[in-house]
Amino acid sequence: MGSITLRNVSKVFGEAKVIPSIDLDIEDGEFVVFVGPSGCGKSTLLRLIAGLEDVSGGEIVIDGKPATDAPPARRGLAMVFQSYALYPHMSVRSNIAFPLKMAGMDKAEIDRKVADAAKVLNLTDYLERKPRQLSGGQRQRVAIGRAIVRQPKAFLFDEPLSNLDAALRVNMRLEISELHQQLQTTMIYVTHDQVEAMTMADKIVVLNKGRIEQVGSPLDLYRKPANLFVAGFIGSPKMNLIEGAYAEAKGAKTVGIRPEHMVLSHDSGSWTGTVTIAEHLGSDTFMHIEVDGIGTVTARANGDFACRHGDRVYITPDENRLYRFDEKGLAL
Amino acid sequence: MARKVSTRRKLIMSAIAWTLGILIFFPILWTFITSFKTEAEAVASPPSFLFFHWTTENYAQVQERSDYFLHFMNSVVVSLGSTFLGLLIAIPAAWAMAFSPTKRTKDVLMWMLSTKMMPPVGALIPIYLIFRDGGLLDTRTGLVIVLTLINLPIIVWMLYTYFKEIPGEILEAARMDGASLPKEIVYVLTPMAVPGIASTLLLNIILSWNEAFWTLNLSASKAAPLTAFIASYSSPEGLFYAKLSAASTMAIAPILIMGWFSQKQLVRGLTFGAVK
Amino acid sequence: MATTHTHSAARLMMAPSVILLFAWMAVPLGMTIYFSFLRYNLLMPGMEEYTGFLNYQYFLTDPAFFAALTNTLLLVGGVLSITIIGGIAFALLLDQPIFGQGIVRILVIAPFFVMPTVSALVWKNMFMNPVNGLFAWISRSFGFAPLDFLASIPLLSIIIIVAWQWLPFATLIMLTALQSLDEEQKDAAEMDGAGAVSRFLYIVLPHMARAITVVILIETIFLLSVFAEILVTTNGGPGTASTNLTYLVYAQALLQFDIGGASAGGIVAVILANIVAIFLVRLIGKNLEA
Repeated sequence: MGSITLRNVSKVFGEAKVIPSIDLDIEDGEFVVFVGPSGCGKSTLLRLIAGLEDVSGGEIVIDGKPATDAPPARRGLAMVFQSYALYPHMSVRSNIAFPLKMAGMDKAEIDRKVADAAKVLNLTDYLERKPRQLSGGQRQRVAIGRAIVRQPKAFLFDEPLSNLDAALRVNMRLEISELHQQLQTTMIYVTHDQVEAMTMADKIVVLNKGRIEQVGSPLDLYRKPANLFVAGFIGSPKMNLIEGAYAEAKGAKTVGIRPEHMVLSHDSGSWTGTVTIAEHLGSDTFMHIEVDGIGTVTARANGDFACRHGDRVYITPDENRLYRFDEKGLAL
Repeated sequence: MARKVSTRRKLIMSAIAWTLGILIFFPILWTFITSFKTEAEAVASPPSFLFFHWTTENYAQVQERSDYFLHFMNSVVVSLGSTFLGLLIAIPAAWAMAFSPTKRTKDVLMWMLSTKMMPPVGALIPIYLIFRDGGLLDTRTGLVIVLTLINLPIIVWMLYTYFKEIPGEILEAARMDGASLPKEIVYVLTPMAVPGIASTLLLNIILSWNEAFWTLNLSASKAAPLTAFIASYSSPEGLFYAKLSAASTMAIAPILIMGWFSQKQLVRGLTFGAVK
Repeated sequence: MATTHTHSAARLMMAPSVILLFAWMAVPLGMTIYFSFLRYNLLMPGMEEYTGFLNYQYFLTDPAFFAALTNTLLLVGGVLSITIIGGIAFALLLDQPIFGQGIVRILVIAPFFVMPTVSALVWKNMFMNPVNGLFAWISRSFGFAPLDFLASIPLLSIIIIVAWQWLPFATLIMLTALQSLDEEQKDAAEMDGAGAVSRFLYIVLPHMARAITVVILIETIFLLSVFAEILVTTNGGPGTASTNLTYLVYAQALLQFDIGGASAGGIVAVILANIVAIFLVRLIGKNLEA
């Protein structure tokens, strides 16, 4: 019902080629996350799919039908904006009802659907309020409510959680994931936060400078990053990238080791180093270590591992989980 | 965060502010009080501030002797007429510049602003001659045309700064929600634009009501708005202080009240959005 | 959003405003320039002839022109100084916590809404009149001879009247600027050991710099064209003691019917105003990008 296909899609703003050429298939019911640093073209790509921007070249197929030239309203998609874009002069009820009213649905039907959506989103008590009387999280839910009542072929989310505080963000992340479980509708979600991407996505699309760096499931990307960019972008703390003699000995330009793939010890190991900073999170301890002959490395240890600034420690990287990259940054 | 301020300091500051405020306001207050005096009391020395025989006969006499109502209506017609005509012309322009700007939009705006800076004497003579030959001198139509044109840049600018503040994402949301252009305008844009349009309307009525270069030069009697009518008191009738005061009070009261309601918009409108 | 047909629609929507304003600017200006090169008096119709720069020569060498130019500059400068200094003072005062702040604000703003002819007449008759005016009564009560304001200090009297009208404008804009100053900035300065005076000089005044510039430039535009106040109080007199450029051009055109000479004067006024306008456009243009 809600498959989306991009063929050779490009976008040029004046002189700037924001998106040179992109091919992408999104299956019906998938939760796809576009992730990348700011300015990578992820929002532009979403807006091209939405029809808010005209493509400069290529075609967009939604649900098997060409949609390249269709206006936004005809594409059957719903969008949740970063600023929520609620209509400030309308009550919550009218905001949610607006797309149905535009579709010319009859009054009773609208009321029923709005009530259903409000129940799902815990907004029943707020239906008569104006957006400015709501908290950030509530506004977010109204924006989602406005999207779900139309039963769109797909939902588009443009960095929807970036205006919320950290605790609320975790909550809303769960709510959106649950919503996806319930509705089983295609969702495309844009974010610059790799944690959101990892936790929510069925499929992640990593974008950089308007190009797709890699497409895959969260664990695919974590386990088999196609190149240095993806390796550095997915995973937290970041993968350690080591160049020089050590890398050459492994037959690569760059070697990557994730912080969680190192064993720390006070007694023995293959590398030695001095702890510069130890961040104790309780469950884990992240250590920044100046390793002799290698450089600065981040390592994760169990929260019980005792250490502090200035300690000498031994580190043993897990040789089976090394990532090797060639001159061009591609995985070997 | 409000700072802690001692009550004594607050009292002293209040006393100073109130004294100066009343001093500034005094000419208006004095005009208002004088309008209820008899002519003899109005010029009495020492002047009486409150304890005199209050009378409203000046108001009746102003109307009787000079057909005040005609001039009042001239002011109403001219200021409302030029404001609505101006809005009619300016709304599409401001709309287009705010919602589909091009590289030249800024230049057009700056150019419009610059037209406002031409001193009226640069245009007085040709406009006077054109009006004389076209039979527009001393007509309401003529004044409406001129006031529309002189205030058009301010109207366009003010509307532009208001429209600019309507977030683009909301219009996009409406488009995603399936609103066609006419529906987008009716249900989303208009309700969000109305406050800005209302502020512009208010400020422009004030400016047109008080405009005193073109109205003085292009009207004489028939179409003279209150600015020009009051000017006729400059001599020798101006010596009738009580009647002058009554006429003045009636001329400024409606605008004073409107003005007080539009303080904020006034700043924005008169500084072309440079100070908000 | 940006599609070709919306752009042509936008152009169509802007057309009426642009065309009307262009006509309003170009036609009269063109005619004024044309007239300024003619010997053209309304009392002698049909006698128009080309005279080259003679009108400009007459206008610029007329002693009245220098008087008017000086008066214009004094009027603009005088009103500006009073309103800027007074405006800052009032704004600082109104920004303090005081009782009935809203009402005081309304009182201070009121003069701006009084039409020029009314304020000029009220001041002229009820305050500055040497016999019946309030000022005359005050000076008599103190045993002084009343001053005939408009006869002995005509220009200063007009400056006072006009400053009274524009003080609210300056105050309002300064106050708006002042209230947009981040309180935390002032707190930070206080923590850094800045006293009240230093805070004003280093934090408040720089923050208001733009508002002050805006007030100066916008008032200048309006003050260059002060007309009604002069017309109903002094008629430019005695002699040319209170004639400004605008009034001079008016007098030449509509009292002496010398269209050619008045047009030349009008063009001179336009050139002067443009010098000011260039600065204003720059300033606001810069703000537009921000």
